[in-house]
Amino acid sequence: MSIAQESIITKPTRRRIKRTPYLLILPGIGWLFLFFIFPLSTLFATSLQKPAGISPDDGFLPAFKVSNYSSALVEYYPQFFRGFLYSGIATVICLLLAYPIAYYMAFRARKYRNLMLVLIVAPFFASFLLRTNAWKTILSGDGIVVGFLNSFNLLPQDRILNTSLAVVAGLTYNFLPFMILPLYTSLEKIDPRLIEAAGDLYSPPSQRFWKVVWPLSIPGVISGTLLTFIPASGDYINAELLGSIKDKMIGNVIQSQFIDLRDYPTASALSFTFMAIILVMIYLYIRRAGTDDLV
Amino acid sequence: MFIIKLIREKTLQVFSVLIIVYLMLPLAVIILLSFNKPKGRQNTSWNEFSLDAWTNICRDQTICRAFSTSIQIGLLVTIISTIIGTMISFALIRHRYRGRGTTSLLVFLPLATPEVILGASLLALFLNIFIPLGFWTILLAQITFTISFVVVVVNARLAGMDPKLEQAAMDLYATPLQTFRYITFPIALPGILAAALLSFSLSFDDFIVTTFNSGRIVTFPIYIWGAALRGIPPQVNVIASLMFLGSLLLILVASLISKNRRATKV
Repeated sequence: MSIAQESIITKPTRRRIKRTPYLLILPGIGWLFLFFIFPLSTLFATSLQKPAGISPDDGFLPAFKVSNYSSALVEYYPQFFRGFLYSGIATVICLLLAYPIAYYMAFRARKYRNLMLVLIVAPFFASFLLRTNAWKTILSGDGIVVGFLNSFNLLPQDRILNTSLAVVAGLTYNFLPFMILPLYTSLEKIDPRLIEAAGDLYSPPSQRFWKVVWPLSIPGVISGTLLTFIPASGDYINAELLGSIKDKMIGNVIQSQFIDLRDYPTASALSFTFMAIILVMIYLYIRRAGTDDLV
Repeated sequence: MFIIKLIREKTLQVFSVLIIVYLMLPLAVIILLSFNKPKGRQNTSWNEFSLDAWTNICRDQTICRAFSTSIQIGLLVTIISTIIGTMISFALIRHRYRGRGTTSLLVFLPLATPEVILGASLLALFLNIFIPLGFWTILLAQITFTISFVVVVVNARLAGMDPKLEQAAMDLYATPLQTFRYITFPIALPGILAAALLSFSLSFDDFIVTTFNSGRIVTFPIYIWGAALRGIPPQVNVIASLMFLGSLLLILVASLISKNRRATKV
C-alpha cells in the first residue's frame, strides 16, 4: 500500500484505527501466550527437575539439575542425529520433487491449476496414520515395488519395509505438500514477462531459470524447507510404522520418555534442546527474510 | 528445435502428473482395502471383495464412538480457532501497528514447532498445575496449533484484496461497521471457510499433539494407532474413504457455486 493510500484511510479516524488492531489480536495473542509460550517455559522448568523418589509416581521436585541435559544428550545423541539426517534427506528429495510441479502449476497449468491444488491438498483429508499404514501394503515384500526393484538387484536388504529407506520415503511422502504449496505461492508471484524479457535479451532457458526464476523463488524455497524439515525432524510415526528398532528418531525418544517411561525431566531436556536448535534455524531465516513473509 | 521444446514441455507435464499419482496412491490403497474381506486380522493385502464393512460401519462400537468424539472436538476447535485466527489476520493485513512483526512471529512459531514439542510442553503444563487430561485438554491443545493455520489461509485471501473497494465504501459514507459487513467480510469469506475446513481436517486427523494430552479419551486417530498393531478393521478404511470423498465433494460444490456467482454477476 502506498503512503498516499494509507493516509486516505487513517487520517479521518486515526484514533479508533489505532486501537482496533490490538483488540483484534488480543484473544489470539493471549491464547498463544497461555498455551504456547507459557507451556514452553514450564517445559524448561521441568527439564531441570529432580526425582522425588525412585518411581515416577513419586513425582518430581523443582531443582536446577543441569546434568539432565548432559546425560540425556550423551544417551540419545544417535537418535538426535538420525532425526536430523532422515528429515534432511527427505527435505532435499521433497525440494527436487516439488519444484518442477510447483513451476508447472505456476506457469503452465492454466485451467488445471485449481484442480491440481485440490489434488495436492487432498491427502490431508484422509487419515495421516492410515496413509502411512497404506505404504506398508505398497512396499510389502510381495508387492509390486519390492518385486520390481529386486529383479534389478537394487535393494541391498531385499526389502524396503523396516529399513531406513522406508522411513525416509514415508517422511518424503507425508511432507511433500508442505514443500509444494509455499514454492507454488512464491513462483506464482513472479511476473512471466520477466522471463520473456530475459528471453528477448537472448538468454538461454537455463540462464533464464537460474538468473531470473530461481532467485525470485528463494523465499518459497526457504519457507518450504522449514515447513518440511521441522515437522519431519520431530515425527515419530513414520519411524514407528515403517522403520525398524534401529531407525528410531528423536521424536520416538521424546514420546516414549514422556508417555511410556514417564521420565519427565529427561524428556523435557531433550524437547527443549530440540526446540533450541529449531529456534536458531528460525532466527537465521528471519535474519535473511524478515518477519513480513513469515505467515 | 521444435521437438526438443516439445519434449521439455511434455517432461514437465508428465512429471507433474506422476507426482499427483504418487500423492494419490495411498488413498487408492485405503479405498480399495475398504472393500476387502481380510484373511486374518491384518487388512494389508487383498483377499476377497466384500461390502461387509460398508454396510456395517458401526459393528465395532468403539470405532464409531471414537469417530463421534473426533467430530465433536473437530467442530469446537474449528469454530474457536477460525474466529480467533481470522481476527489476528485482519489485524496483520488491514492495519499497521507497533508489534506487528512480533505478532507474526508469535503466529509463525507454533507452525515451526515439531508436534512432539507442542504436545510435550502442554503435557508438562497440565501435569505441573494438576489439570486432569481429557476432552478439554485435547481441545486446548488443538486450538493452539490450528490458530496459526487459520491466520495463514485468511492472510492469503485478504492480501489479494483490493483496498480501493473499502476506500470507495468509506467515500460513499459507509460507517466502518457497514464497510466491514458489506465489503470486507463477503470478500474474505471464501478464505475464512477454507481456513475452517483446514482446521477441521487438522483437528480430526491430529495424532501426535492429541495423544500427549488425551488421558483416557479415544479419538479416531488414537483408535487407529491402537488398532495398527492388532490389525486395522476395514470399517476404519470406510470411514476414512467417506471423509476423503466427502471433503472433495464439498470443495467441488464450493468452487462450482463461486464460479456460478461470478458468471451471473458479469
